[in-house]
Amino acid sequence: MDFQVVVLAGGNSKNLTPLISKDVPKPLLSVANRPLLYYVLHQLRQSNLKDLIVVVEGEDAALHVGSWISKTFVDGLHVEIAAVPEDIGTAGALRAISHHLTAKDILVVSGDLVSDVPPGAVAATHRRHDAAVTAMLCSVPVSGSLESGSSGGKDKTKKPGRYNIIGLDPCKQFLLHIATGSEIEKDSRLQKHILHAVGQMEIRSDLMDAHMYAFKRTVLQEVLDQKDTFRSLKQDVVPYLVRSQLKSEALLNGISQAEENGNEKLSSPNNQVLDSKILANASTPSFHELYSMEMEPDDSAQTRKTHKCCAYIASSSSYCVRLNSIQAFMDINRDVTGDADHLLSDTSSDCDNIIGPSPKLGSKTTVGPHCMLGEGSEMGDKCQVKRSVIGRHCRIGSHVKIVNSVVMNHVTIGDGCIIQGSVVCSNVQLQERVVLKDCLVGAGFVVTMGEYKGESLARKEK
Amino acid sequence: MGAQKKGATARVSEDQEELARNPLQAILLADSFATTFRPITLERPKVLLPLVNIPMIDYTLAWLESAGVEEVFVFCCAHSKQVIDYLESSQWSSQPNFSVTTIESHNSISAGDALRLIYERNVIHGDFVLISGDTVSNMSLTQVLQEHKERRKKDANAIMTMVIKKSKPSPITQQSRLGTDELFMAINPVTKQLLCYEDKAEHSKGFISLDKTLIADNPSIILHNDKQDCYIDVCSQEVLSLFTDNFDYQHLRRHFVKGLLVDDIMGYKIFTHEIHSSYAARIDNFRSYDTISKDIIQRWTYPFVPDILCGSSAIKVERQGAYRASDVTLSRSAHIGSFTFIGQGTKIGNDTKISHSVVGEGCTIGSNVTIEGSYIWNNVTIEDGCQLRHAIVCDGVIMRSGAVLQPGVILSFKVVVGQQFVVPAYSKVSLLQQPTQQDSDEELEYADNTSGTGELRSDKLNGDIATDLSETAYELGTGGVGYIWSVFEGAQDEEWKHSVAPIPTDKLVKLMLDKDEDEEQLTQDGNVLSASGELKADSDDNGSEDDDNADSRDDYGFFEKEVEATFLRAVHENVKVDHAVLEVNALRLSYNMASVDCAGAIFYSMMKLAVESPHHSASELHRNAADIITKWQKLLKSFLHDIDEEIEVILKFEEMCLESAKEFAALFPQILHLLYDKEILQEDAILRWADEKEGADESDKVFLKSSEKFVQWLKEAEEEDEDD
Repeated sequence: MDFQVVVLAGGNSKNLTPLISKDVPKPLLSVANRPLLYYVLHQLRQSNLKDLIVVVEGEDAALHVGSWISKTFVDGLHVEIAAVPEDIGTAGALRAISHHLTAKDILVVSGDLVSDVPPGAVAATHRRHDAAVTAMLCSVPVSGSLESGSSGGKDKTKKPGRYNIIGLDPCKQFLLHIATGSEIEKDSRLQKHILHAVGQMEIRSDLMDAHMYAFKRTVLQEVLDQKDTFRSLKQDVVPYLVRSQLKSEALLNGISQAEENGNEKLSSPNNQVLDSKILANASTPSFHELYSMEMEPDDSAQTRKTHKCCAYIASSSSYCVRLNSIQAFMDINRDVTGDADHLLSDTSSDCDNIIGPSPKLGSKTTVGPHCMLGEGSEMGDKCQVKRSVIGRHCRIGSHVKIVNSVVMNHVTIGDGCIIQGSVVCSNVQLQERVVLKDCLVGAGFVVTMGEYKGESLARKEK
Repeated sequence: MGAQKKGATARVSEDQEELARNPLQAILLADSFATTFRPITLERPKVLLPLVNIPMIDYTLAWLESAGVEEVFVFCCAHSKQVIDYLESSQWSSQPNFSVTTIESHNSISAGDALRLIYERNVIHGDFVLISGDTVSNMSLTQVLQEHKERRKKDANAIMTMVIKKSKPSPITQQSRLGTDELFMAINPVTKQLLCYEDKAEHSKGFISLDKTLIADNPSIILHNDKQDCYIDVCSQEVLSLFTDNFDYQHLRRHFVKGLLVDDIMGYKIFTHEIHSSYAARIDNFRSYDTISKDIIQRWTYPFVPDILCGSSAIKVERQGAYRASDVTLSRSAHIGSFTFIGQGTKIGNDTKISHSVVGEGCTIGSNVTIEGSYIWNNVTIEDGCQLRHAIVCDGVIMRSGAVLQPGVILSFKVVVGQQFVVPAYSKVSLLQQPTQQDSDEELEYADNTSGTGELRSDKLNGDIATDLSETAYELGTGGVGYIWSVFEGAQDEEWKHSVAPIPTDKLVKLMLDKDEDEEQLTQDGNVLSASGELKADSDDNGSEDDDNADSRDDYGFFEKEVEATFLRAVHENVKVDHAVLEVNALRLSYNMASVDCAGAIFYSMMKLAVESPHHSASELHRNAADIITKWQKLLKSFLHDIDEEIEVILKFEEMCLESAKEFAALFPQILHLLYDKEILQEDAILRWADEKEGADESDKVFLKSSEKFVQWLKEAEEEDEDD
């Protein structure tokens, strides 16, 4: 497939401190004992999309990510690493690497997507419709733990959040309206002329834009060129393309749809003729063609230019979450070891079983279901692990209880610690009888004895 | 349809005990409470106007009967006497299992009044069908009634089910083939609940607004632009009491439906039922009269077609949809085209061509007449050589030889068109003079007074036609009788929209061009709108989180624009300063801004105006600015309550000099001095600004440096003051 993939693996999101730091850029954040970026790259490899550009913010992070990729994906993927300045937004990042884009179509994927939706299917949909842009939409994830665990118990009754308001045509193939960010809190304004052309529009608030887009390269490059204020793909570029789909500005070159179909021009704009013509064509798949057929009344040869905006809607059973908050991090860790464990079953080189190959478990230590224990980790006597992920080479003392938590690599946990609903980053040392409840512990921190609740513990970065 | 009828009756027997208590009732409004069919409706009620030679109300009643309705209350208001007389003499008064009761009112002016009156009569005992007497349909009510009942059992608030049908409006005129305006409906695809009903959508706006709470409550909504409201409603009894409770509800849709949708306290719900294969349409205007007549002739409304409704074998259907009564006198050389109806006792002369038209009973049509797409009612005389295109000609009209009707003409009862006279397109001609006092609310026909005066006048007219003749002779040519109604202001442009005549090509062309322009603007508007999105800081890949700062910045941008617009208006229209202050204050409140923001925005507007007014040199620009500041200083001062606000003005000015109005950069010290002279800025403010800037970057101090002398002078002056 003549597809180039751009993985936007930037973003040192403030939401994820202290989990990420200079040493651990977001793409390398460990999720169920493997770097976040692994999930995206793995899916791409599965879909046979091998021509990749991974865009990372900042040179240092690029080095880290680059070395990890070359270690992990030696075979099969052709990966280029591009470093872009920080804080230029997703559109800015694409603009910066625009000259690297050569293929006919570009697939843009966010590096923090953990999903089992095959990117190949999105690419295929895009090709099938010859669309200008195709966006992958998925059901809004249910946030918060399913059990009334220590976290998320309070908002059990809340409705699933709304991330986007999306308008679709009756066949659910075309994207007619998209609202993101603060717009969804306002009254929706739906463009009439699109509605006129389609007749009916389904408005969904239970779908989420998963930040996986396929673009026609020429269109993408022209938009990025012309609209230099656009910073974000999600909030600027895609809404712009959707908005202008029936009034494609001349800059979106390419042959107008009508010409492609060989539709003859109608010389007299007689209503009946038009009607019958339109009715006769009612079976044509796209309203875009019909719309572009409504001829200019005077004989100016110009036809309406349209471009198609398509949607690929992931089936509701598929897994699709973006890791952009601590809560999402916890959810993904839980799901990947639990319901969505198929994301892990593969033949990758650094494969982990759910329980690593050489764990040393003390007597009467139990590891419950939906847990993951990395290789080389040791546990003392009478420990309990429930619904938690424990990284590699951890040393865990006796009488330790770990529930609903994530413990990364090389963590030392003293005797009698209780960890609930917390994240403990790499190289942390927990002294004896530490009680953590809903806490975040940044890398390399030493936690002294005591009880902590809902705190974020991290070393001060200089 | 016979089967359907049986189905309906079969169901009746099924639910016998239920129906024994509640026979299915219907309310038929025999008054449209509208003026769209004037001048014809001044003399005869709309429901009695012939539709393919049969009064409209007969179609409605025949359908109700076949659909299993047992009791119909016919509400008559305008010309109630005529309706009652007609019903009494018709077959409907003597049907078994189908009773037609008339309810007469003389002072109802709207459907709301009618329903309130019916509520008072206390005749409705259960669910009922609410329609108007101009509805043509052949749908079966079984399913919609059942759905309605089942919903009612689960949810007592589901009080109404509307019937809708797919009909995509024309992409050019945005009106349906029935000539009604485009309609936007938001419907929940699962429950079919109606969430939004927008029939008077402003054309100027390029978008439809959906309330955010609707979207929050319904994960999926389908917004329809391709559905037509059939004006057939299945209602529960509560509907009547709701009309009584809300005495200001007049119009069924505009007030009642929208009122219920907006009102979330009572929680009443309206649902929709879509029909696919059956027919349902309401005659709302002349265009729908034309469309529905054609549908009837083409038998879409089967079994409600003329040859079956008449019952007898008097009407034969021939090839290509030509209907002909048995005793038509037709010249051999006359040519009757397709889809044409010729009524009983009509005589047609040599070489006359008739196509796509309806000719009623007892008409006399001469030779060499051309009739195309027209509706000629009963006892009309058309002499030789006349031409009619897309016209409606009422009973008793006489067209003298050679008269021509251009498309869209309506000739009301007994009008006489003089020899060789050409009636211009879209004229409405009547023996009655146009009512002089037009009600401001043209939607409401004050039925009582129209019926009264209408009858009165016609009496008078019949009495002494001779005198009238002389008065009006020239209006309709020699020997013509009748008044050509003038189209009153504003409606002139709209006349073609609802006429029987097809929309002329040049109109279509114009519309399409307009539309393109609109869209052009629209796309631009869209861009302006999204500027908010474009400016929004997208701190990282996880851009989904809102940035409050960005939001408030946008707000400020809008606010600034609004203030600027207000200011410009004040300048151009010489609004008093006090008023301008009020307006800006109102803006401030609505945008939740501080008076600091006002001061900044006003100053910005003033300076922008100065830059934009023509000037050739820096000194002219300075003079411009001085003029504006002098003239509007009071406006600005009313927002400068303390030093902070004054500093804001200076900062704003700096910002402008750097960005939007670089021309001012050279004039910075002079303008600053000017503001000081005009006592807009106090020296304290300037000095504080200077102090604040002292510590700033070099690049930031450009203006401080340029006005150093002035600041120095101020300082010295202050010291002197202190010395004193």
